[in-house]
Amino acid sequence: MALIINEEQQMLKTSTKEFLDLKSPLSSLRVLRDHSYKTHDKDLWMEMVEMGWTALTIPEEYNGLNFGYVGLGQVLEEMGRKLTLSPIISTVLMSSTLISLSKNEILKTKLFQEIMNGSKLVSTAHEEGIQHNPNTINSLLSKQGEGYVLNGKKNFVIDGSISDYLIVSSKDESGSNTMLVLVDSKSDGITYNNKVHMDSRTYSDVSFRNVKVDKLNLLSEENDGDSILEKTFDIARVGLAAEMLGSVQEAFEMTMSYLKEREQFGVKIGSFQALQHRSALMFGEIELCKSIVLKALQAIDSNDSNLPKLASLAKAKLGMTFKLVSNEAVQMHGGIGVTDDADIGFFLKRARVIQRILGDSNYHLDRLAKINNY
Amino acid sequence: METQVNVDLTSFRMEARKWLEDNCPLSMREKLTDPKQLFWGGRKGEFYNKDQKDWFERMLKKKWIVPYWETKYGGGGLTPTQNNILNQEMTRLGCRKPHINFGITMLGPAMLKFASEEQKLHYLPQITKGKIRWVQGYSEPNAGSDLANLQTKAEDKGDHFLVTGSKVWTSFGDKGDWIFCLVRTDFSSKHNGVSFLLIDMASEGVSTRPIKLISGNSPFTETFFDSVKVPKENLVGTLNEGWTIAKYLLTHERQMIGGIGDTDKKEYLRDEAIKVLGKNNDILSDTILRAKIAELEMNQEIFDLTIQRTMDEHKAGNNSGAASSFFKYYGTELSIQSEELRLSVNGFNASEWTSEESNNGAQARHFCRTKGYSIEGGTHEVQLNIIAKRILGLPSK
Repeated sequence: MALIINEEQQMLKTSTKEFLDLKSPLSSLRVLRDHSYKTHDKDLWMEMVEMGWTALTIPEEYNGLNFGYVGLGQVLEEMGRKLTLSPIISTVLMSSTLISLSKNEILKTKLFQEIMNGSKLVSTAHEEGIQHNPNTINSLLSKQGEGYVLNGKKNFVIDGSISDYLIVSSKDESGSNTMLVLVDSKSDGITYNNKVHMDSRTYSDVSFRNVKVDKLNLLSEENDGDSILEKTFDIARVGLAAEMLGSVQEAFEMTMSYLKEREQFGVKIGSFQALQHRSALMFGEIELCKSIVLKALQAIDSNDSNLPKLASLAKAKLGMTFKLVSNEAVQMHGGIGVTDDADIGFFLKRARVIQRILGDSNYHLDRLAKINNY
Repeated sequence: METQVNVDLTSFRMEARKWLEDNCPLSMREKLTDPKQLFWGGRKGEFYNKDQKDWFERMLKKKWIVPYWETKYGGGGLTPTQNNILNQEMTRLGCRKPHINFGITMLGPAMLKFASEEQKLHYLPQITKGKIRWVQGYSEPNAGSDLANLQTKAEDKGDHFLVTGSKVWTSFGDKGDWIFCLVRTDFSSKHNGVSFLLIDMASEGVSTRPIKLISGNSPFTETFFDSVKVPKENLVGTLNEGWTIAKYLLTHERQMIGGIGDTDKKEYLRDEAIKVLGKNNDILSDTILRAKIAELEMNQEIFDLTIQRTMDEHKAGNNSGAASSFFKYYGTELSIQSEELRLSVNGFNASEWTSEESNNGAQARHFCRTKGYSIEGGTHEVQLNIIAKRILGLPSK
């Protein structure tokens, strides 16, 4: 497949950009933050729903748009440019993806409907430690009567404070099967500790104590819990990389503009070779980022068996490049770069958080080595 | 109609495959282990062994030395698609290139674009027969990164030019037959006083001196021109407009050097590391080196995708900016980093310089040679300047 986006995908990208320029400029993040760290703008989210963004990856047989992940990637990239606060990562990229891999048709039909009409938000609760780890699950799902009870603790649940449902990873009593269950976020026995992070977003630690789970709310069957989780994570890693690609480009472009207008010693600072060479190096890294993000997005849509490797390449490369570019962007802005008045610092702070989600660059380099048997 | 084209291409592929299988000697399908295994042709050209000779002569007869040039210039007249298919089939079998010549990769493209029909008919067929080994005369002692500062002069003497001056960094200058040269024909203008001249190195007054590199080898020479008479008809393009040709040719050179990494097998470094260092619990025993190899391999893989993306964008009619300067910088940088890591992988053995076991210090010498990659064809710094100014639009003052 050619490494370019098609006309329809380009149109989606352009219309997303126009929409966000108008409705969610970078300054929106500051406004929400200054209103006690509001998680997002609900009216804006409903407009995004009306634009069809929650239906992009849902297949036609569930009345979705079946536009694919290359399409969703274009939306995420543009949102990354504006650092837009919205539940799209938790509800669409992670939870809707996980639901689409489930064989529970009844639940699937219902949840897709609720996600597409914007009536429900869904978070996926998996992490239990301070670093991403797909395999450590201590939360326990025990049989009780006709149904189950859930006990355990989850960390760093994206949008946990606002979601209507939580999808929770757990183990059955044998300890060998990974069980994915849907619970109502207001269920008895669930408690939240909501934490604002450096990127002005809220992540929740969630405790489950004897939470009742109906047997109809199982999203996994006996043996497919791990594979659903693994594929969800790989798809989400690529989506996060697409968001990072937008952020990296925006931070870089803002910095290039600054180099062309700021004067010191009677000349534009962009004429200094020390800054020019570092800028040229960033340009190269960003060119590499564009290639791997598109390749990995295409791999999702074409069901390419190389997805795990491509997802790790994308997450590792974008994590490293976002770190580089956000550091250089602040440095090249000089004193203004470390003031709260300047927007450029938002990119630095987002870089440090999104880098960690679903595995940082070290995690993914290690995974790449393992995939290649060394 | 389209089906007919597809049928034709499929049958071309089948024919090419069969022909290559029948005609490419088995030893010519093995990975190169020594630069001597490449045939550069020319007046002093010698075959390494009989298989190499057979392979060259069969491809010559088939007109596949330069398969994509028009037949009137000695090429095989293949369409770009047919040529791609032939390349794919050669790669599939692992066939070595039958002939390497700067006349094919550098001079040829420039001649096709800028030379007169008469010149093309004269020079190009010689290239396709491997008769003339071409070398490049660009850099001078005071014109390296600042190439347009070149001072080798060609004075108009009516029926000929009189050329005086010297060139440095002539790749394989002592093995070349003819040299394509940038000469100064007007001292009043820097860029608009340069011409592109073809000079027979057998002419009186031409001499070379090898430059010994830190690798101990001498792939470059200095080349001296002491009042050399060059016929007027050896001028390519218009007088004083040679800079345009020079730039066009440099783009090809950058792509060629940037592509050096491509010829190395991608799995090579990690496979070598596993073989030499071994594993502990399925993990390479040197974990710090493992992390560095993983990062290099990540960049190699994504760099290849970037070449592909740029070609795909080009085909679709949009040029996104990733220019030859970027590919030259990044491609050579990856080769340099890879050799640096190979030194770590092979430890004490890597620095051996003369022993037979080390093939006369092949690894150490190759490492030293890669240090030139970030200098020749425009230094890293010049490439970064070009990106900063032409692509990013950063100001000069």
